Parts: sequence; structure tokens; C-alpha cells
Amino acid sequence: MDENNDGKLSFEEFRDKAYDTFKSYYEFSSSDHYVPSPELQFADLDLNKDRYTMVMEITQVLLHAQSVDGTVRKHAEETLKQFQEQNLPSFLLSLAGELSNEEKPAESRKLAGLILKNALDAKDQHRKFELVQKWLALDLGVKNQIKAFLIQSLSSLVYEARSTASQVVAKVAGIELPQKQWPELIASLLANIHQIPPHVKQATLETLGYLCEEVSPDVVDQDQVNKILTAVVQGMNAHELNSEVRLAATHALYNALGFAQANFNNDMERDYIMRVVCEATLSTDVKIRQAAFECVVAISSAYYEKLAPYIQDIFTITAKAVREDEEPVALQAIEFWSSICDEEIDILEEYRGEFSGDSDIPCFYFIKQALPALVPMLLETLLKQEEDQDQDEGAWNIAMAGGTCLGLVARTVTDDIVPLVMPFIEENITKPDWRQREAATYAFGSILEGPAPDKLTTIVNVALNFMLTALTNDPNTHVKDTTAWTLGRIFEFLHVAAAMETPIITSANCQSIVTVLLQAMKDAPNVAEKACAALYFLAQGFEDVGPSSPLTPYFKGIVQSLLTVTVSYGEDAGESRLRTAAYETLNEVVRCSTDETVALVFDLVPVIMAELHKTLECQNISPDGKQGERQGLLCGCLQVIIQKLGSSEPTRVVLLQYADQIMQLFLGVFTCRSATVHEEAMLGIGALAYVAGPEFAKYMTQFYKYLEMGLQNFEEYQVCAITVGVVGDLCRALEDKILPYCDGIMTQLLKDLSSNQLHRSVKPPIFSCFGDIALAIGKNFEKYLMYAMPMLQSAADLSSQIVGADDEMLDYTNLLRNGILEAYSGILQGFKNTAKTQLLLPHAHHILSFIDNIYQEKDMDDAVMKTAIGVLGDLADTLATSAGPLIQQFSVCRELLNECLSSDDDSIKQSAEWAKLAISQVISV
Amino acid sequence: MPAHEIRRAYKRPAISDQQKRRELSLLRQQQHRLDAQSQARRLASTLFSLTTTSAEEPAIGTDIDINTETASSKEIELGVSENDDEEEEDDDSSDRRNVEIKDVRQASRVGGQDGRRWFARQLMLPEWMIDIPDRLSQDWYVLARPAGKRCFVVSINGTTVSRLRNGSVLHLFPSGLPCGARTRENSGSPQSYCILDCIFHETDQTYYVIDMVCWKGYSLYECNAEFRFFWLNSKLTECGACKPPSHYHKYKFSPVPVYNCDQAGLLSAYTGQVSYVKDGLLFYNKHALYQAGNTPLTLVWKDEKCSQYVIDTDNKGEVPNKQQVVLELQNDGKLTTSDDPPVVFGSVDQDFVQKLVLHPGNLLRFAINDGGLVFVDGKLEKADLVYQDKPNRGRAFADSYSKVVFQYMARHSPLSIDDLVASINSSAEEDKASDVEMAC
Repeated sequence: MDENNDGKLSFEEFRDKAYDTFKSYYEFSSSDHYVPSPELQFADLDLNKDRYTMVMEITQVLLHAQSVDGTVRKHAEETLKQFQEQNLPSFLLSLAGELSNEEKPAESRKLAGLILKNALDAKDQHRKFELVQKWLALDLGVKNQIKAFLIQSLSSLVYEARSTASQVVAKVAGIELPQKQWPELIASLLANIHQIPPHVKQATLETLGYLCEEVSPDVVDQDQVNKILTAVVQGMNAHELNSEVRLAATHALYNALGFAQANFNNDMERDYIMRVVCEATLSTDVKIRQAAFECVVAISSAYYEKLAPYIQDIFTITAKAVREDEEPVALQAIEFWSSICDEEIDILEEYRGEFSGDSDIPCFYFIKQALPALVPMLLETLLKQEEDQDQDEGAWNIAMAGGTCLGLVARTVTDDIVPLVMPFIEENITKPDWRQREAATYAFGSILEGPAPDKLTTIVNVALNFMLTALTNDPNTHVKDTTAWTLGRIFEFLHVAAAMETPIITSANCQSIVTVLLQAMKDAPNVAEKACAALYFLAQGFEDVGPSSPLTPYFKGIVQSLLTVTVSYGEDAGESRLRTAAYETLNEVVRCSTDETVALVFDLVPVIMAELHKTLECQNISPDGKQGERQGLLCGCLQVIIQKLGSSEPTRVVLLQYADQIMQLFLGVFTCRSATVHEEAMLGIGALAYVAGPEFAKYMTQFYKYLEMGLQNFEEYQVCAITVGVVGDLCRALEDKILPYCDGIMTQLLKDLSSNQLHRSVKPPIFSCFGDIALAIGKNFEKYLMYAMPMLQSAADLSSQIVGADDEMLDYTNLLRNGILEAYSGILQGFKNTAKTQLLLPHAHHILSFIDNIYQEKDMDDAVMKTAIGVLGDLADTLATSAGPLIQQFSVCRELLNECLSSDDDSIKQSAEWAKLAISQVISV
Repeated sequence: MPAHEIRRAYKRPAISDQQKRRELSLLRQQQHRLDAQSQARRLASTLFSLTTTSAEEPAIGTDIDINTETASSKEIELGVSENDDEEEEDDDSSDRRNVEIKDVRQASRVGGQDGRRWFARQLMLPEWMIDIPDRLSQDWYVLARPAGKRCFVVSINGTTVSRLRNGSVLHLFPSGLPCGARTRENSGSPQSYCILDCIFHETDQTYYVIDMVCWKGYSLYECNAEFRFFWLNSKLTECGACKPPSHYHKYKFSPVPVYNCDQAGLLSAYTGQVSYVKDGLLFYNKHALYQAGNTPLTLVWKDEKCSQYVIDTDNKGEVPNKQQVVLELQNDGKLTTSDDPPVVFGSVDQDFVQKLVLHPGNLLRFAINDGGLVFVDGKLEKADLVYQDKPNRGRAFADSYSKVVFQYMARHSPLSIDDLVASINSSAEEDKASDVEMAC
């Protein structure tokens, strides 16, 4: 429309290009089909009479976009979308204009603001980047006009308008401040604070809060940070009489805490902030109290090491809130202590780790000190259960928060918790009121993780029978639920009985445990689900028990009971969770089974296959996806069985007779459109390929299209990732028989690598997969070299340039490097002993300089080091004497080799010894 | 602004079985990738043992070029007995052509002389036990060596081939080893070949497996003896090769009982009843890898009770009056053994060399005269040697030091079973003694 790209529409441009959009919009939005002439319309829109217009009247279409009539709404949305695509500057200006126009209805203003916000940001990273680029490319005049509208909107008397505007301002700031644009923003916002009308002050504080959420602290200089914090904390102060302003300031502080690093290092400023926050927790307004506690919680994790002077006061105000305040406030107060536990657990974990005593943050043992008062406070909360909380998935209340916190406290202080909680348990566990019995049981279950097993075994040995009886006989379902959960915790944390003098589970009580749990599986779904989980951990504890498991005599009964539960067809959430738990328990029972029960595991194969077959038939009748969940679980179960039976030679051979049928079922499942199901079926097929070996080739023609589909699944990247893993399985199973499919697979993998859409976590395994393919097809990989090698090289260059990355980035970089090196390793080994090795010679220099680079960086992890030294060996092994001069040229080879040879890690050492042998064949080491 | 979500997991285990399934699958895939990788790399190590061995071979006169089979049949003169071929009479080391055989698969395909040469270099050769290693009872295994032909057995592509130490084929037959016969259950990928170190025992027509070099394509070259014996014992019985002969399984295989070399183990190996005729005892250091060529980490020991062939016989099968040794002439006239580094037994002067028209590298046979061998501090100080003649041209190597000394000791003051037992007991005593000290 804007022919000369001046960011404005002249009359001629408007008439020739924009009027049609406009006309259709008018025809749509007015009832009498009146359409003004271009001249008239232009005059209307040319508000400042400069013979240009851009701001369009869009109130009606915005209102239509919220219509209850679907057709109207859809049409309006379509119109807006077209507008955005055809003339972005005008679209954004029109929205901003609408938002700022006090004469317009609140609903259209609010929607205008939200659409504007969505035009600046998106969840999807790729889309977000696009939007940001578009904004930055806009004409400066347009951007200034939009900003003017936005700032103006902050003073609106209409709450919706100024609140939405504050979010949009923050989005623009999020784009522009890192680019050093809009430098006057913060100053002008701060100037607003001193305005008298409270609504302006409130909107400005809200804007500052959103701004702190959007912008990273390092793009705002300390002087401005100080001013923002001063304004925010003043707004929170008890002197501020307007509670809307005080609430907005409190919310703003929550977001601004990340900016307050320097201020928290200054005793006076920190004291001031803490005093104001603590005072706000005593406000008469419940929302302010809640927001203030949110700040206290955020401070506890961001500034744990600064809390010592305040912890006594915080205990006082949190205890008061937990005991007396309304639930939302009490929940935040409990959360403070849970959050302190999180911090101390992490710190103590680091103390115990290999860098003992070397933690950055010292532990202040706040929990240990508060223990005598904290534990009774938490125990009190346990008695405040709600009826039916176990049936309600969304429930979260004081009793639940308190119990969870008690569990964290036990993990923090370990043994010390036991004597403080035992009297409460003993006093309440036999009381007639279910709340007391449930609270006592919950308290017991909560402290099972943390204390040393020998501090608990005596108690647990006594309690076990009591629990088994309660699970059978207690009249209250909450008590049963918590009892079953507690049994699960006992098996989870105290099972490994071999090391204990008095084992919890003996051949004497094993039978009654199993009997009670199987009985409980017929109870209410929530109780049965917990019983399944208990059985899961009971089985898990016998994982490494040796050739004979105490569960063997009950194996058949357990499997039978679990199957009965899995075939139930209840539809509500509780029943569905129970089914999932039953399948998962079945999986664990199979995984932990021994040779004694191998025949019974075989019996399961046709049973699970028949169930899966049933779901496929149902799916044909009503393809509405209701079967999806069950199919996923059944595929998962088959996969576990395949993996179990495939892991020893005699059972593998017997399992093979089912391979045809199993494969047909998996293929049938792919017609169902659920990512989870595809993932499970893929995992199952990978396991089957391993079992079948070269014989898997016969399924390839049928399976190939689903393999390709999986590799194309960018959106559900987990499916893509798993499919890439299955390609590796196929390579090892089929060896050179995979060759006919490699063109398609390689094309797809290369596409995946070049895609911006695909989640980055899939890329390292794709590189490893190149290695798998090359190893399988040997010199036939030749035709892919011209594609794969440049990809590997550019990824290698990229991954060696990463400096100063955070931990997460470093982990990813190491994964990427490992993938690249595995690719090189597979390619080198694949070409070994062929006449084509000279094809790899031109790449040798790059491979070595890549290893050189990452070695110099000193940040490679053990896995990368092991693969890297292996690649050095492969290089020497495959290229033989041609590699000699190159290897000598890179001093890194010797350094890396020596470092690996003296590594504490056996597998690194082993690789290094091999590499040394290989290298010694081409040069003298 | 909305309140900040603080919900935590309640009465739910932290694990998700789906996540667990995913992780276990990844773990399995990772393991299999490592296996494939190390298999690819281990195939290489057979190549290395080939080139390493050939590089260490001493230079031999170019005139020696003898057909393998005929050489071994002629090779009796000093040839211990035909049954005992532990460490001498190699034959075709004249191989100067650069035949590069990469691994056993290729060697099997190449066949003929080149293939034989390759196989000839793959066996691990024990030294003779001339003194008792420390920590015998802790670090060593002992087994009774079956009398018979030492050979390499390779099962690949549905056939099994046994080759003598000189590389010539002894039997070609179907067997129950993996890939050893063309049957359904035994076929496998060409990479799944096996290489066994065996002794063929004539009377019961059985291959006694004394070591395992490669199993189903998995090379055990870089594995220590402890692992190799463990693998041998668990895998061999699994595969059906130990069953009585049948149509697809012409010769029976059998493991040999391996004992920890403590007193009980040693005596079991020494006196225990076995299905075969014994020819001495073999000692394996538990930590040693399989290494082609001579190694002091495997030892052979014999006495009259457990072997018919303790003292060397001549080509008539009789024990000569004086012990015979074969030594190699060096540039400077020194006479040395085949060891690396060589041990000097004496020297000859220029006149002698000229008179007999000798060249460096020639092998010469001597008898040990009444002066015998004189040792000082465990080292050979002097040898009283009398020149006899040049040995058979097929002879490739001089005697090794350990062989000469063992033979010498066998004639004068043999290392007896009692010495071995005493050594084990004394180290056990020491252990006890140090235990007591620790307790104080």
C-alpha cells in the first residue's frame, strides 16, 4: 500500500491500494452497507490534516472479534489478520490509537492492547525472533507515534486500558532497551510516579514491574535500577495510603528483585527493603499480604545468604500467617520454609559431593535452628485436611503444603526430625477422628526420606503391621490413601534390606504385604493407585536380588491383579491415573523379574498383544483418539517385555517367534494420531530391531514410511528424537541391509539439521546417527560425505566458538560435541580397510583442529573426552600412515592422549590405551 | 498480576515410568553404539598384533625360503618331540613381501601361504619357568597342559579351520562353535567369527581350549586372562561345541580346568585326573593380555611325572648325552639367544667365522660341555660350549634363554613340584605374618 515506503499513506496510495481493504471492512462492520467515498474516508482518517493517514477506525472489528457469534468472530479475526499482513505499520498504529482513545469502549481498547502485545512477542522462539525483527524495522516516526499512544494510555481512567498498556510498554522495552533504544523510557516512567492521580501511579508501578520481568538486569544501568527500586519500595511503604498503588508496587518488587543484587549487598538498603516487605505482610489488605509473602519467598531463594539477620522476624510473621491468616497467605508463608529447605538441601548436597566443603554459598542451617518451633507449626497444619482432597487432582491446601514442607524438612535435617515427630504420630494414629489418623500417617510417611535407615528401621518394623492392617480395615478412604502412600515410601527408601541388621521385608512378611496391596487394588481408585505405586517400589527393591526373588511365589498373582486393573474401562481422571499406575507397576515387576519367572513373563506377551489388538479394533470403529492413552501404555509395556526378554540369548530366540505379530501391532498403532503413542511404538520397535537382528529387514518396507514420518515430526520433537535413536538401532541390527533406505533417511536427517523449527536437543543425536549409519554401510557412505562433512564441520566450528556460556549451554555444547565426534568415529571406522579411505584425508585436518579447539577450551566433559580420544585412534587406525604427519603436527594429540591415559575414569583410560596402540602404528609415541 | 503458582508434588513419586522407559532405551542404544564401536576397533587390534610381530622379527638370511609343510616334517632333529612345539621351529619367517592382512576374515579369505603366515604369528608363546614368580598364589592360574598339537581354531562363515603353529591347516570341519557350521542356529554375520587357542589331543580326538582370543567377533586380545578364562568357560559350554560329535559337529571341544595357583589348585592341576594325557603345567598371569609371541606372563613347566617330554630328544628320539643349544651369530661374533633383548652365551673369533664361512644371523648348534652354565646373582656368567654343527635350514630362531636354562636345570637341579609348593606356602606364611603384625 505504501508505495514510496515513507511509512505513511498519501491520498493516492490510500485510494489505489488500501481503500479496498477498508471498503470490505466497512461493508462488514456497518449494517446499512454504506461505504463512504475514498475522499471522505481519507479526510476522516487524516486526523492531523497532513494529507496522510495511517490510523484506521477498527473499534467495530475489535468488538466483533469478541462476538459470541462464531461466524462474526471468525470474519473479524480474518480481517485483522489480513490487515496485519498487508500493512503492519498502519495495523499497529491503529491498535495503539484505539488503546489510547478514551472515547472507545473498554473491551475494544483492551483487545487492541492484547493484539498489539501479541504482535511483539510469541512463545515460539522462531516466531518471536521474526516479530522482533519486524518491529525493529519499522519507521522511527511510526514507532514514536505508537509509543506516544502507549504512554498516553497509562494515564487512562479505564483500568483495562492502562493495565494492558503497561504490558505492551514492557514488551516494547524488552525489544528496544537491549538495542540501546528508547533511552528516555525509564526516566519518563519515573517522572510519572510523582504524579498525583493514584491511577497513574498504579499503572506506572505495574509497568515498571512488567518491565523488570521482560528486560534482563544487565541492560539497565545501576543508577536507573536504584531509582526504580526506590520508587517501587516507596510505593510499598505503609505511608502509601492507596492500596491499589501499594499492591502494584508489591507486585513490581517481586519482579524487580532480580535487579536488586547490588542493593542487597548494601546493609542499609537491604534492611530498608526487608523492613518494608515485612511490614507489607501485616497490611490490612489480604492481596497485599499475599503479594508481600510472595516477595519473601522469592527473596529466600534469590538472597538466601543474606537472610540471617531477618530469619527470626520472618519466622514470627510466617508462623502467625500459617496459624491465623487466610489460606492464600498461609500457603505462601509455608512456601517460604519449603523454599529454604530447597536451598539448604542443595547446599548440603554440594557439601557431600566430590567438591566437599567447596560450595559457593555457606549453609546457615536455618531449618535446623527453627526446628523446635517449625515442626509443631507444620504438624498443626496436617490436621486441616479438606474432605475429598484425594479425589481432586487440583487440590492444594494448608494440610498438603504443610505435609510437603515437613517432608522437605526431614530431608534437610535428617535424623533430628524423628524424635520431634514421633510423639505426634503416637498420639494421633489410633484416634477416632480420621483427620488425626490421617495426619499421623502422613507425618510418618513424610519423614521416611532423609533420616538414616538405622534411625527408622525399628520404628518401621513396628509400624509395618499397623499400616497393613489400616490399609485393610480403616473405615476412612483418606487414611487408606495415605497409608498406601506411606507403605510405598517405606519400600522406596528402606527396602534395600541386605545392609540392615533387621530387614524390613522378610520372607515371613512378604506374603502379607503382597496380599494387602493386591486387596487394596480393588479399593477406591485413588487408594488402588497408591497401592500400585507401593508395589512398584516393592518390586524395584528386588531388582538386583540375584537369581531368586522373594516375589517369585506371588508373581503370578501380582500380574493377574494388575491386569485386572488395567482392563477396567472407567473414564474419570482417577480411574485413568489408576490404569497408568497399574501398567507402570507391571513394567517394573517385569523389569525386576528373575529367571524363575521368565515363563510367566512370556505368558504376558500374548495377553498384552491381545489388549493392544483390541484397541486397534476400537479405533477402527470410533477413531476419536480415546484409545490413545491405553495404546501408549500397552506399547510401553510391550517395549519393556521385549527389552527384558531380549537381554538374554535363550529368551531372545523364543521371543523372536512373536516378532511378526508384535511388529504388525506396532505398525497398526501408527495410524493413531497421538505423539505419545508414536513415541512408545517407536521405542518398542527399536527394542524389537535389536532382538530380531538382520531378520528385521523383512519389516522395513512396511515400516519405512513411519520411520520417515517420525523423522519429519518437528513439532513433537520427542518423537523425532526417538526415531533418530531407532535409526541407530536399525543400523546395528541390519548392518549393510539398511543401505536401500539410507538415501531417504539421510535426506531427512540433513533436513532436520538445517531446520530452525526442530528443537535443538535432537541435533546431537542426529550427528551420532550419522556415525551409526556410516559404521553399518561402510564405504557406501561415500555419497553422503559431501553433505554430511560440511554439516559436521560447521557444527564443529560453532560448538568450539561458544565461550562464557551458562551451565545449560555448556551441557548442550558438550552433547553437540559428543555427537559430532561420534559421527567422525563411525565414519572413520566405517571406511576402514576399504579402498576409499583417501576420501577422508581432506577432512583429517579439520577433525584434528576441532579436537584441538575443544581441548584448549578446557571445558569438555568426560564423555566428550572419551569420544575425542577414540576419534584420534580411529583417525590413525583408518588413515594409517597418511595420518602420521598430521597427528605429529597437532601437539594436542599427545597432550590429550597423556591426559586420558592418566584419567581416573576407566573407560577413558581404556579408549586412550586403544588410541595409543593405533597411533603408535603410524608414528612413534 | 496473577499470584505465583506454588503447588508442589503431593503424595506422588517423583519418577515417571515413561521417562524411565525413555531413559532406559537411550541407555541401551548408547551401550549398543559403544559395543559396535569397540567391535569395529577391536577388529583392528588383530591387525596390530600382526604388524607388531613382524616388525620385531629378526632379520633372517635371504637364502632361507622353505615350504612350510615340508619344513615342519623335516623339523625333528632337535625337535623336542613332535608333540611339544611350544617355542621353536618357526618356518616361514622369510616372508619379506609385504602382504598386508588386516584381520582374520581376510586371512581366511586369502588362504594359501599368506594366510598361513598370518596365522603363524598369532599365538601367544609361553616362556619356560626357570624361576618361580612372586605372588604365584595370588596372581596366577595353573592348568594341566594337554599333550598334543597346539593350534589356532577359527570358526567363520559356517566353517571351522584348525591351523598348526606354522599356519598349516590341520582340520577343516563343521563345528558347534558360533559360525562354525552352515546350520540355521549357527549362521551369523561374518563379523561373528571365533578364534580359539587349542591343543588337539589325538587319542580322544578332542580340541582342548586353553585360551580364547575372539568370540563372536568380540576380540579378547586386550582382555586380561582372568576375563578371558571367565568368558571361555561361560561361552564355550553355552554354544554346544562341547557336545559329542555329530553331523554338523565333527570334533568335540572341551575346556581345560583352570585353577587358582594356590597349593590346592597347583596340586589339582598336577595330580588331578583329567580325560587327557598331560604335558606339563601352564601358568597364566591373571592380569596379562593375550599377546602374540613370547611372553614371560605365561609360563610352561614340566617334570617327569606330568610329562613324557621333559628333556629334549634328538632326531632319533633319544636324549643326547650333552644338552644341545642353538644360538645366533651376531656381527661382533657374539652368540645369542632369540630373546628380545638377546642374551649372550659366548662368542667366536674371526678365524672360526672365516673357516666355516659364517654370516651374521646364522644359527649354530653347540653342546654344553662339562663346565656347564655358570650363574652369578641369577645372571648367566659363563657357558662352556662346544661347537657341533649348523642346524636344519628350516630352523628360524635360536633357542630362547628360558628354554636353555630350563633344559639345563632339568638335567642338573630341576625345579621340582616341591619347590613350587614351598614357594606358595612361604608366601602364604608371609601373608599370615604380616596379618599378625597389622593386628598388633
